[in-house]
Amino acid sequence: MSPKLKKTRVLPGFQLSLGYTIFYLSLLVLIPLSMLFFKTATMGFPDFWEAVSSPRTLAAYRVSFSAAFIAAGINVVFGFLVAWVLARYSFPGKKIIDAFVDFPFALPTAVAGIALTTIYAPNGWVGQYLEKFGIQGAYSFLGIVIALTFIGLPFIVRTVQPVLEDLDPEIEEAAACLGANQLQSFMKVIFPILLPPLLTGFTLAFARAIGEYGSVIFIAGNMPMKTEIAPLLIMTKLEQYDIAGATAIASVMLIFSFALLAGTNFLQWLSSKRIGME
Amino acid sequence: MSIEVKNISKTFGNFKALDNISLKVETGELVALLGPSGSGKTTLLRIIAGLEQAEEGQVLFSGQDAREKKTKDRNVGFVFQHYALFRHMTVFDNIAFGLRVKPRPERPSADQIKKKVFELLKLIQLEWVANRYPWQLSGGQRQRIALARALAVEPRVLLLDEPFGSLDAQVRKELRQWLRKFHDDLHITSLFVTHDQEEALEVADRVVVMNKGKIEQIGTPDQVYHNPANAFVLNFLGNVNLFHLRVEDGKAYVGDTAIEVPGFKAENAKTASLYVRPHQFEISRQPKNKSFLKATVKFINPAGSMVKLDLVTEVGSSVQAEITQEEFGALRISRGDPVFVGLKNITYSEYEI
Repeated sequence: MSPKLKKTRVLPGFQLSLGYTIFYLSLLVLIPLSMLFFKTATMGFPDFWEAVSSPRTLAAYRVSFSAAFIAAGINVVFGFLVAWVLARYSFPGKKIIDAFVDFPFALPTAVAGIALTTIYAPNGWVGQYLEKFGIQGAYSFLGIVIALTFIGLPFIVRTVQPVLEDLDPEIEEAAACLGANQLQSFMKVIFPILLPPLLTGFTLAFARAIGEYGSVIFIAGNMPMKTEIAPLLIMTKLEQYDIAGATAIASVMLIFSFALLAGTNFLQWLSSKRIGME
Repeated sequence: MSIEVKNISKTFGNFKALDNISLKVETGELVALLGPSGSGKTTLLRIIAGLEQAEEGQVLFSGQDAREKKTKDRNVGFVFQHYALFRHMTVFDNIAFGLRVKPRPERPSADQIKKKVFELLKLIQLEWVANRYPWQLSGGQRQRIALARALAVEPRVLLLDEPFGSLDAQVRKELRQWLRKFHDDLHITSLFVTHDQEEALEVADRVVVMNKGKIEQIGTPDQVYHNPANAFVLNFLGNVNLFHLRVEDGKAYVGDTAIEVPGFKAENAKTASLYVRPHQFEISRQPKNKSFLKATVKFINPAGSMVKLDLVTEVGSSVQAEITQEEFGALRISRGDPVFVGLKNITYSEYEI
């Protein structure tokens, strides 16, 4: 290409910033992750298979993924309600409630775990009433779900809220003029537009919940086969100097999470393509 | 179906948006609500559609009170300034929306819906966009889709809120003429809001001029332009020059020049106001009679069907005049030249300010 035809860009420094981005990502993400697989590769396949498919490991996967999925699902419903209230109505104290939503982001997860345990323990504020109905709050699968729901709330609210605020009220008025009742205008007009941000929020909350450690270990009770999460199992293996075993479990989790994220991203791409937002 | 509003009032906080408005739109009429922004015209339209509630007064459709009826039951077609199309639906689904949300017993079959949608697409000459999304279309196309969507449910009344407000000048003109022709074919009772006087005068059967929540005048385009009810209507419908006249011995003076205005009666006033449209001036190199004013040419804009001149008279007031290209060619004037300004085709009327 002759120098005359060289493209000029309005924003300078593309090559430098791209180089920096790749270097930075390699240092922080790619190299550590590849070490995970290298370390796993040092053990033979039979050992690997035993580590990742023992009943205790399988139970831990099940607990981690199902609790994260349920928690993200709960957040989709109730986080959506919070976002709706914050975007649609104005009332005194709205700013304060808006700030509270970010609390789970800022609070050290261990603090959150201890606080939730105190409240949901059989003698705690909420736990004692749950006890009367025969429901165990803390030290159970429910406890894990509670902790993960707490952690995931801001992801849904913060992804749905801006889209909801941008939504033109005229489209609802247009639907009403065309004879649609309120349910019809919500289901056919508003909800399809909110589906992509809901999926994004779900993905983020789910991904965060799978990896959550700090808050869960306090409230879970950590009984093997019942309330032991996969990250805790990895910690246990590390404490026993079974580093290869720990990385084996970690790599399986990584592959699972990656597949799930790819799946939800694909769904999100499909739904936003229809709206013409990319 | 006719639309009638009776004694409608509406306030937003301390702001009186509508103040005791009464208006009747006859069946099959195309009426323009014309006024500056903040005059309450859009609020009135929204009250008729049921999107806004009036504090006082009634809205009647064919003589029946619509107070108890919600928007969805009023059967009005509403076209929004920013189209308000459903962006996640194709053009086809947008137009079919109103038919698909009908209660099951009234809902047409899929085949009937398809037939109806293509009829409407044919009417707006956009059959080829049925499977596109609104964001793939131009503003003018989107507004026509919005109109087709509103017409799909066969509304008894069509309400248009600044329908051409966010379009290019060229597209605006095209759509304006298209709307007029379209209305002549369908004869659906229509009320449209605009702040563009040219648009209102060109399209509407009757024009309602509004200002500060009140109706200033209702009339045909000819009536409101040539016989404005007051100074506001006169000012709002096109440019106008204001002369402050001094009255002495029954004669009107601008500076020291006595001018003759047909219809002017001195009575006992000391001063009077004279409103002159830009085309009511005669410009010449030499004074044709004693009532011509001396002036200087400040600016000439010859681009257009009329040549626009900015003049400053000897008393220091600025005057905007329009002359034909032929007159301009004969005058051979340029910037800074002295000229004389006279009045033509004018009759004096007194307006309250």
